[in-house]
Amino acid sequence: MEILVYLIPIALFLGLVGLGAFLWCLKSGQFEDLDGAAERILLDDEEVSPDDAKTAA
Amino acid sequence: MNVVKPAINISPPVDAGGADCCDAGALASFTTAATGPNPVDESTLALRDPSTFVMAAGDGQSSLNLLVENLHCAACIGKIEGRLNATPGVVQSRVNMSTRRLNVTWRDGEADPAELMRAVQALGYPVTPFDPSELAGVENREGKRLLSAMAVAGFAAANVMLLSVSVWSGHAGGMGEGTRTLFHWISALIALPAVVYAGQPFFKSALAALRSGGLNMDVPISLAVVLAAGMSLYQTIEGAEHAYFDASVSLLFFLLIGRYLDHRARAKARSAATHLLGLQARAATVVDNDGCQHAVRIADIEKGMTVLVAAGERIPVDGTVIDGRSDVDTQLLSGETLPKLAVPGERVFAGTLNLTAPLRISTSALADATLLSEIVKLMELAEQGRARYVRLADRVARYYAPTVHILSAATFAGWLVFTDAGWQASLMAAIAVLIITCPCALGLAVPAVQVVASSRLLRAGVLVKAADALERLSDIDTVVFDKTGTLTLGHPELIGGTYDTAQLSLAAALAQHSRHPLSKALCAAAPASDGAISDVREEPGYGLEGMHDGRRLRLGSGAWCGVDGPAGDQDGTEICFAIDGKRVAVFRFEDTLRPDAREVIAELAKMGLGIELLSGDTPHAVAHAASALGIDAWKAGCLPADKTARLEELARDGRRVLMVGDGLNDAPSLVSAHVSMSPASAADVSQTAADLLFQGARLGPVVTAIRVARSSTRLVKQNFALAFAYNTIAVPLAVAGLATPLVAAVAMSSSSIVVTLNALRLRWIG
Repeated sequence: MEILVYLIPIALFLGLVGLGAFLWCLKSGQFEDLDGAAERILLDDEEVSPDDAKTAA
Repeated sequence: MNVVKPAINISPPVDAGGADCCDAGALASFTTAATGPNPVDESTLALRDPSTFVMAAGDGQSSLNLLVENLHCAACIGKIEGRLNATPGVVQSRVNMSTRRLNVTWRDGEADPAELMRAVQALGYPVTPFDPSELAGVENREGKRLLSAMAVAGFAAANVMLLSVSVWSGHAGGMGEGTRTLFHWISALIALPAVVYAGQPFFKSALAALRSGGLNMDVPISLAVVLAAGMSLYQTIEGAEHAYFDASVSLLFFLLIGRYLDHRARAKARSAATHLLGLQARAATVVDNDGCQHAVRIADIEKGMTVLVAAGERIPVDGTVIDGRSDVDTQLLSGETLPKLAVPGERVFAGTLNLTAPLRISTSALADATLLSEIVKLMELAEQGRARYVRLADRVARYYAPTVHILSAATFAGWLVFTDAGWQASLMAAIAVLIITCPCALGLAVPAVQVVASSRLLRAGVLVKAADALERLSDIDTVVFDKTGTLTLGHPELIGGTYDTAQLSLAAALAQHSRHPLSKALCAAAPASDGAISDVREEPGYGLEGMHDGRRLRLGSGAWCGVDGPAGDQDGTEICFAIDGKRVAVFRFEDTLRPDAREVIAELAKMGLGIELLSGDTPHAVAHAASALGIDAWKAGCLPADKTARLEELARDGRRVLMVGDGLNDAPSLVSAHVSMSPASAADVSQTAADLLFQGARLGPVVTAIRVARSSTRLVKQNFALAFAYNTIAVPLAVAGLATPLVAAVAMSSSSIVVTLNALRLRWIG
């Protein structure tokens, strides 16, 4: 049973990490545009830096 | 502005991702067609001068928020962001698809906001600057609040449940008392803060209800959660066998899921309301006495000011034309297909579109006294009439909450009186009743069906805006249609006349230079038009003139072409084409019906619904459409008040009416009808007023929506029945004190799952 002394805190810690990650995502606005997020998958983002784009344009 | 209760966000059906969905060509002409008798001075575009909306973003950067129209798919996002990010000076641009907003940030002085707006506009997406402080995202914060509460409740429920399962199996396997109490203490440490945090949405609403002397669903929920947590803490301190922490947090978790689904379904569309506000927050170009032009917020316009309206702009306020001659498209206001001529002395109204030439207008009414705002007031009136409708869930809640309280109080009293178990066990039984009857399944019954129904309708091109729209749609017995833009496509098409192909293509080459609806129809009907036309000028109200190979071409009314006689019938849907003063061709136009309008009307009649047609158009045009569609009951020349009057008459006869319309003139009747639908091409105000929106050229979604509404209401009722059936089994167990935490947890979860699965059936049944 002593194993519980480690397991329970570990389980809780992992759960809290997940919760914290979710709340962080929420706070940083990642749930603000769910429709857009679903569509953005389809964009070919070639990671053009704004400066490259300017010279190209 | 509380009329804008529902919300809009046109998300197109998923399969609309093709090229045509992003065909914004019609709007491209907004910016490129600056040919007319008075070439539009670039400065007159200052109506869209965004300077009043630019905000300092810090670090020497400025940003501008824009409402974007026509956003449909990933390609739209890519096009807009790509174009803006490629503009020198722009730091960042971000399109929000859910709210149809665009935020651009640039380094001060390196980019011109008006230029950026023109760039997006040229891609075919009309933009309107807005002030984000006016549209502060209340609903957004609320959604975030619910989501984080749900996350915390979910985390707590999962962990407490793990511990509880250990305890339950321990009961059978001989877990030591010390271990059990330890587990209870750990559960308490997780559950109590979680209850305090995640229960707030319910506690607040319950407190508000109690303060106003009433009861709502949140009262028994809050009571059960707080009592269960408190009692469990007491049991834990005592080292007793049972604790109800798992029940209180998982109850919160399930209910928060329901509440969040409900919230999302509504918030999704609320941005239409913000669109209406955005429409009003626009700036107008005011001309000073000394001739200077500057942008002024519409709210700041005073009576008697001179406002300049460029060709292609919406007229911002009601007023009288003092200078200029142009065609004004009043379709959204009156339902008439053809533009009206505006000359000095003529009255023009806010919300109409100035088509062919710049106008100077002396304002006669302030922003809150325009025809547009009168329509909004009519809508408010109609809205009050509708508020009597009570949602099924609320009706159920009205009886449910008192019943639950009485039942649980009776259980407590019964145990005290008839047993010698003591107050603790009596209270536990009462709490068990509260928890078991807690409207967990009830809380999910409506949102679950609604989310499935909305997503199914979304695929069919219908957006559900009002929360109770489906319920209301399911019990209609009459459908009233508007004509222009609803049964018809709202733009004329070439249907005949006397001409040959060469004449058509030459006429179309000339017509290219105009924004007049008939010119557009001519261009659309012509094969690739050839021939360079020079010296084009447009005479508003008459027609176009141009030179080709040294010959003078004229396109327009008979008088314009120098021919006498009936060059156009009374509806003005004929135009002549003359070369060197001699009439060579006549083109006849008609507003075409939506391709499946006939079938849809027949289908609705087969469903046993009464059908009527109310239009603001001329009797001739309405009679023609009605006979083509087989509608017997029709009325032409209706003003907004006529339409609402007719709807009230129907309501007095006990009819429940679905109103389908698109114009500004339909907005009040859309609100006063039992339930309403608009095409997605409708005026903003109408979109805001309507309960449902449908996309595309076909009318079929109306039938689909009625079908889905009927089956979803059936499913909601089934869900309520399931929830009640579960209660009739579980409540006696709880009253008898047999509901241990395990039984309660299993019963509650299984009822929620059954209800959710039942809702999912809507995907398959018609």
